[in-house]
Amino acid sequence: MDYFAQQLINGLVLGSIYGLIAIGYTMVYGIVGMINFAHGDIFMIGGFIALISFLVLVSLGLTAIPLILLIVLLVSMAITALYGWTIERIAYRPLRHSFRLAPMLSAIGMSFVLTNFSQVSQGARVKPVPPIITGGYTLHEGPAGFAVQLSNVQIMVVLATIVVLALFTWLVSRTRLGRDMRACEQDQTMAALLGVDVDRTISMTFVIGAALAAVAGMMYLLYYGLVDFFMGFVAGIKAFTAAVLGGIGSLPGAMLGGLAIGLIETMWSAYFSVEYKDVAAFSILIVVLIFMPTGLLGRPEVEKV
Amino acid sequence: MSATSARPSPAAQPSGGAFILKKALISAAVALVLFSLMIGVRTEAGPQGGLIYWTRFGDLAAMVGTVFGGSIIVELLRQWWGPIDKDRIVPKPVQSAMSFAGRWLAPALLVFAFLVPVIFYNQRYILDLSILVLTYVMLGWGLNVVVGLAGLLDLGYVAFYAVGAYSYALLATNFGLSFWVCLPLAGILAAFWGVLLGFPVLRLRGDYLAIVTLAFGEIIRLVIINWQSLTGGPNGVSGIPRPTMFGIPLTPGDDGLAARLGIEFSPTHRLVFLFYLILAMALLTNWVTIRLRRLPIGRAWEALREDEVACRALGINTTTTKLTAFATGAMFGGLAGAFFATRQGFISPESFTFQESALVLAIVVLGGMGSQLGVALAALTMIGGFELFRGFDQYRMLVFGMAMVVLMIWRPRGLIGHRAPTVFLERNQAISSDLVKEGHG
Repeated sequence: MDYFAQQLINGLVLGSIYGLIAIGYTMVYGIVGMINFAHGDIFMIGGFIALISFLVLVSLGLTAIPLILLIVLLVSMAITALYGWTIERIAYRPLRHSFRLAPMLSAIGMSFVLTNFSQVSQGARVKPVPPIITGGYTLHEGPAGFAVQLSNVQIMVVLATIVVLALFTWLVSRTRLGRDMRACEQDQTMAALLGVDVDRTISMTFVIGAALAAVAGMMYLLYYGLVDFFMGFVAGIKAFTAAVLGGIGSLPGAMLGGLAIGLIETMWSAYFSVEYKDVAAFSILIVVLIFMPTGLLGRPEVEKV
Repeated sequence: MSATSARPSPAAQPSGGAFILKKALISAAVALVLFSLMIGVRTEAGPQGGLIYWTRFGDLAAMVGTVFGGSIIVELLRQWWGPIDKDRIVPKPVQSAMSFAGRWLAPALLVFAFLVPVIFYNQRYILDLSILVLTYVMLGWGLNVVVGLAGLLDLGYVAFYAVGAYSYALLATNFGLSFWVCLPLAGILAAFWGVLLGFPVLRLRGDYLAIVTLAFGEIIRLVIINWQSLTGGPNGVSGIPRPTMFGIPLTPGDDGLAARLGIEFSPTHRLVFLFYLILAMALLTNWVTIRLRRLPIGRAWEALREDEVACRALGINTTTTKLTAFATGAMFGGLAGAFFATRQGFISPESFTFQESALVLAIVVLGGMGSQLGVALAALTMIGGFELFRGFDQYRMLVFGMAMVVLMIWRPRGLIGHRAPTVFLERNQAISSDLVKEGHG
């Protein structure tokens, strides 16, 4: 039971990271109707920028950890958001009215560019950092000496996710931009007729998605203590799996799907074999789509003739 | 949605030196922020295990300068050529010239392909490269059945390539079966896997299908890596027997082909044999595809690509149509995989990554979906271009990714952006693919 509780905690933490990335996929899919293949790599870039800015800040002589983390978070969100904006401008905007395979291939190309850009500029080796946030709580001491731990990093990851999500939900449901985004999701032509700047809204969608991915990248760095140039691919497919599982286009669905994938992955590694945890996650995607083609919270697709 | 709505007319585009300079300055500023940390600061694990970093402001300045200059050049070119998303429909004379070239280019290329081993007999590198190009031509033609004809977006094609390669490798090393027995077996096994994947994804469409096939490709690769007892895991399978010329080995021994013909042995013989083998396999793929296109099943594929709902309304069984497309494409992938295994003599999971799937898909889309000649030309361009950068190994994928983006913006419909109709009234005429709207397959 204790072991299960521990895995539940680990799964929820991993799931929050996946959920943050999945929101980026779901937003872009909801509005533009394409899979942003480079989104996983944007997450990776976010992790790298967090790592580098952390190193620079520490060597500049800053010692207050909360202040450093706040600056790192803001810097990483800002620069990564600019990456999202640039990618949309270069690779997706010229192809928006093209046939559906073209933007997908340019997205795949962009993903290769980002992966190899960080490999060329930062080297192929894994970058480890020593634990930045240490300590934690013992929730329950078992009779066999097994203790359920809740570390401060885990608390921080979950708290950051909740705060970011609350901000994001407010943004989508209460602000002008959020209303524009929802309008574009319904019908771009109609939204444009009613005075919504569609181009700007789509750009902002990419910017916000990239900023959320940067938060996820920084949380990943804090939680696992490493980044490498290839981590975007696997995390990207898993987050996309999460988005599809929750019903692509649905924001609560993306978070729910993220948590589900995180839990499935940790539970599978705990009770079955670690090697096949990714196989399990992808198989579940296939099984869910067979029985629920629109995911858990997705709306059924209407066929227009 | 109309493609022509809400677009400024070319006259409304601003021009002039000040505009170009302003645009270039903005690009440079964006580049400065983007690259500030990623290029300006280099991190590496230090001697004590902790991370150290050093700054590279020179490189950063060079990058920002390149972006500034490049932006000016791109903007000048754009003003010279006009906006890129102008009417792309090809004018009539160009169209007829293209169809004339299309009629003669294919036979000319075929004759050239047959003559390659004669012309370049002593250049092993070129022979090796042409075998590689032909392998991708075959893979492209195989995937073309699924993506180009049936309009089903398959991102996990490499899985079937892997199934074929491992089927041949395992059957040949464990049971000693010959290449000619294993080749059809590899094709059948891959087709079987195609059907197996086809069944669950039948109800999915468009991007869902893409992601499931991607997941399927990853599953196959992960199983190959982790099922060590069968596949050898990350170490792969080595000692895969070389193909024989219908039982006669191409070796220097007494029973080898050279000894039997009474000529001097040369390792080039095997290369030439492999070349003609893959050429024959590729041509078989092409021939089968062209024949299938004229049969009801091929027409059903193309109808499915254009509009699935209309297809169902017309009473076409979309289930069998999709399954046959998957199975046929997978079979060709499997055959190419078996060839790959026998050419290399060694296979490992590293050869079957997502990168390969993306490469083959890029070949099909760049070729112009459904065009056999286009796929062959695209394979030649992509693989040849890829080889040019062999010296800069690190930058190869970077350039490849950029090329994919640029090519898609430049020609989203592929090199040969027109379609040959399967049924026509009186006169066969190419149709520009700009006139074709694809449904969600």
